[in-house]
Amino acid sequence: MSHPDKYRLRRTMMFLNCQKPSLIKDPYVYKPDSIMLDLEDAVAEREKDAARYSLYHALQEIDYRGVERVVRINGLDTDLWREDVRCAVAGGCDSIRIPKTETADDVRTVEYAIAEAEREFRRPVGSVLIMAALESARGVINAMSICDSSERLFGIALSGGDFSRDLQVPISGTGVEFMGARQHMIIAARAAKVQCFDTVWTNLDDMEGFRKEVETIHAMGFDGKSIVNPRQIPVVHEIYTPKQKDIVYAEKVVREIEDKRAKGIGVFTVDGKMIDIAFYDGAKRTIALAKASGVYKGDL
Amino acid sequence: MINAVGRDIPEEIIEITGKEPFQGNLYRDDKPLTLHGPTIRPVMNNEKSKLVANIREALEKCGAHDGMTVSFHHHFREGDLIVNMVMKEIHEMGLKNIRICASSLGKAHSALVPMIEDGTITDIESSGVRGAIGEAISNGKLKGLAIMRSHGGRVRSIATGESHIDIAFIGAPTADDYGNLRGIGGKADCGVLSYAIVDGNHADYCVAITDCLVPYPNFPAHISQTKVDYVCVVDEIGIPSKIATGAAKPTTDQRKLLMAQYCTDVVVNTPWFKDGFSYQTGVGGASIASTQYLAEIMRERNIHMGFGVGGLTKAMCQLLEDGMADVMLDVQDFDLDAVRSLKNVNHHRIPAAVYANPLNKGAVVNKLDYVVLASLEVDVHFNCNVVVGSDGMITGAQGGHPDTAQGAKCAIVICPLLQGRIPAICTDVTTVTTPGESIDVVVTDYGVAVNPARQDILEALKEADCVPLKTIEELRDIAYSIVGEPDKVEFGDRVVGIIEARDGTIMDVVRQIKEV
Amino acid sequence: MKISKLAVAGTLESSDCMVTIEPAKKGIDLELDSVVIRQYGRRIREVAMETLDRLEVKNARVTIVDKGALDCTIKARIECAAARASEFEGRVSWGGTIR
Repeated sequence: MSHPDKYRLRRTMMFLNCQKPSLIKDPYVYKPDSIMLDLEDAVAEREKDAARYSLYHALQEIDYRGVERVVRINGLDTDLWREDVRCAVAGGCDSIRIPKTETADDVRTVEYAIAEAEREFRRPVGSVLIMAALESARGVINAMSICDSSERLFGIALSGGDFSRDLQVPISGTGVEFMGARQHMIIAARAAKVQCFDTVWTNLDDMEGFRKEVETIHAMGFDGKSIVNPRQIPVVHEIYTPKQKDIVYAEKVVREIEDKRAKGIGVFTVDGKMIDIAFYDGAKRTIALAKASGVYKGDL
Repeated sequence: MINAVGRDIPEEIIEITGKEPFQGNLYRDDKPLTLHGPTIRPVMNNEKSKLVANIREALEKCGAHDGMTVSFHHHFREGDLIVNMVMKEIHEMGLKNIRICASSLGKAHSALVPMIEDGTITDIESSGVRGAIGEAISNGKLKGLAIMRSHGGRVRSIATGESHIDIAFIGAPTADDYGNLRGIGGKADCGVLSYAIVDGNHADYCVAITDCLVPYPNFPAHISQTKVDYVCVVDEIGIPSKIATGAAKPTTDQRKLLMAQYCTDVVVNTPWFKDGFSYQTGVGGASIASTQYLAEIMRERNIHMGFGVGGLTKAMCQLLEDGMADVMLDVQDFDLDAVRSLKNVNHHRIPAAVYANPLNKGAVVNKLDYVVLASLEVDVHFNCNVVVGSDGMITGAQGGHPDTAQGAKCAIVICPLLQGRIPAICTDVTTVTTPGESIDVVVTDYGVAVNPARQDILEALKEADCVPLKTIEELRDIAYSIVGEPDKVEFGDRVVGIIEARDGTIMDVVRQIKEV
Repeated sequence: MKISKLAVAGTLESSDCMVTIEPAKKGIDLELDSVVIRQYGRRIREVAMETLDRLEVKNARVTIVDKGALDCTIKARIECAAARASEFEGRVSWGGTIR
């Protein structure tokens, strides 16, 4: 059986610098689905040790009120990441985000260290989940095998800054440089039945551009987006909240399928559209998303 | 003696001041009282000039003496130069035991501290004090008592003669040589003179100080020549950039936006939000943002604001400009857009008496549907503290907080649950400035609490299911669970200040801070 | 843990604290400056002493300049400063004593 939180709702994953107490003390008031407590890029080289102590005690003492606590560790090319994993697991994190993931082996290397830490700090082995950030052309090309690398891996995320540098193009704001990567990653993730997350949007003055990008990745099938400022949260959640007519339709589909199945009928129509059992999971997903977004109070 | 908000008012303070402990909001409703008139020197001789060469001459001509009360307004806010200018002269004359009766004092007036220390100033009456003066008072340096009054309470105390002003000094952006004063124009353009009007009506002597003398008659006058004894022209009465600033940039702080959204949700889902509703709000980021959210919904539902009132900002004046509010009633202008808006024929100046005096035949605040306020602390009895910091140091001002909160049908207080480590929602506020019976809704970033006395509001918000409702105790418990329960701040025995209720009774006392 | 040199951790930003630890001859000499000293001074001292005790720091001069930090931040900054001051290298036994 897979981890109960593997497929939880992750529309918004907010980066927070572990070294900033004012940021990590109560980010849950903004109601992100996940926070990503960062030990990597946001933390200055000489404060790496300080960030870990902050992380450990924050994880131990702050009640994040159900918000998923992901820890972004330093890259596998550093001598920092092993201690990062120990600290995060000891503190009680929910998940670990591996930066600059290039291969399935990278994931398995970290998984091994996590399992070791779980044993050391007496946490059930398998309790900490993993997500992999793909930040290079090689990483993106290897998306499929990375997605399949571990039972712990719940998803992959595009990291646009490093990726665009690897492609040798600037970030345009139009998304054109990410087209291939996004398409490739979402297909790989779906094939492996894991989630897929989009990169950050850093220009906080251009909220319209941000909104457009979220609409695009939502339409492409992404499960959510990495964000850098709490102001971005309401925009993403609004776009990811199912519309009332879709909820009503999904509810009908679920009820009809359950009803017709009991009667042994395979194909029928709802609101004039042909429906069969294949529509069941999609309709259930819509209801679940509506519930999580607080717009469905029915009994399904 | 324990008053109606559970505060122990020492007998000796009741004795010295002759004031009663607070008895509840409507204690003096409908009770007869007699108003006070000033003792004036009529000007019949048409050859008399009111112009004086300098402040010293004005002081001498007004018979400045030890133990007198001088008054000031705070329309120039942190850009005020008048208070320091006049007090410097009084100090140089060697006068002692002066009582200052100001509509407010701020950080601009730190120069008064040495005068407090040397006994020039022994009593202060003000809406509040910030900065160094607050610290001096909290440290017990003022010989007499500091009395903190709301804007309405100040008018009341002056009009009833409880506070008698010997000489009022009125900084005027423009004045003519016969004492017609206007708040608009000149170099220190503050728009209105609302807080100074009561001084003109009740002070024995009234000295206008201006840096912009204009030809007679300076009409329409906001304070009339019939009230003014002398006019003194000086180089500079205020620092324009600190009087009315450019409109505050809309906040991008998601926490403030979140509270603004909750606040707007409360307003639009309670029964008074209908065409012709009335509204007052503040100058903070969340207040301004909530006004903007409100404007969107007013547009959507085609609901007009009947009138807006208060210290005004661009956000409020924009509603008037856009035809979404019918009238603005103005006692103070916080930004240049509000000053400019005074050109609009439906933007009216009102005196502080009309705005908020509790003991006249009904002030504008009584006609308010909604007021949106801030607070340093709110306790589980819904009492608010806007004057004394959680560390016991005097640091704020009552302003119109108690006046509007009592007057409005729905008084909403916005305050983040935590200010750094300090829990804003607590078991008992450090000092009560506004009684819980006036406060209806508290909006925090962690949820919204409704005063249980207002079941009507609670029902409306439950029905609308629009905001995360919590009890005030739940909010306090959340705060304490995050930061720990604070130790009670220790005070000395000496009472250094009084928080006066609107009606002149004693809401609370402020004690001297203890050295740590 | 033996304090062998002066070290600092933390900042003077809001909700943070800056902890300086330096060697001392005998016992713990704790100096606290806090924006919330009247309400939380007692608690901060308590947390600081518990943390130093857990780290088995016996002799040190500790200065905390607090800007309203939560307990978890105070602990984190003290542990970090102590580790730096002791030239500690190696694996931290998270949740246990740093030796």
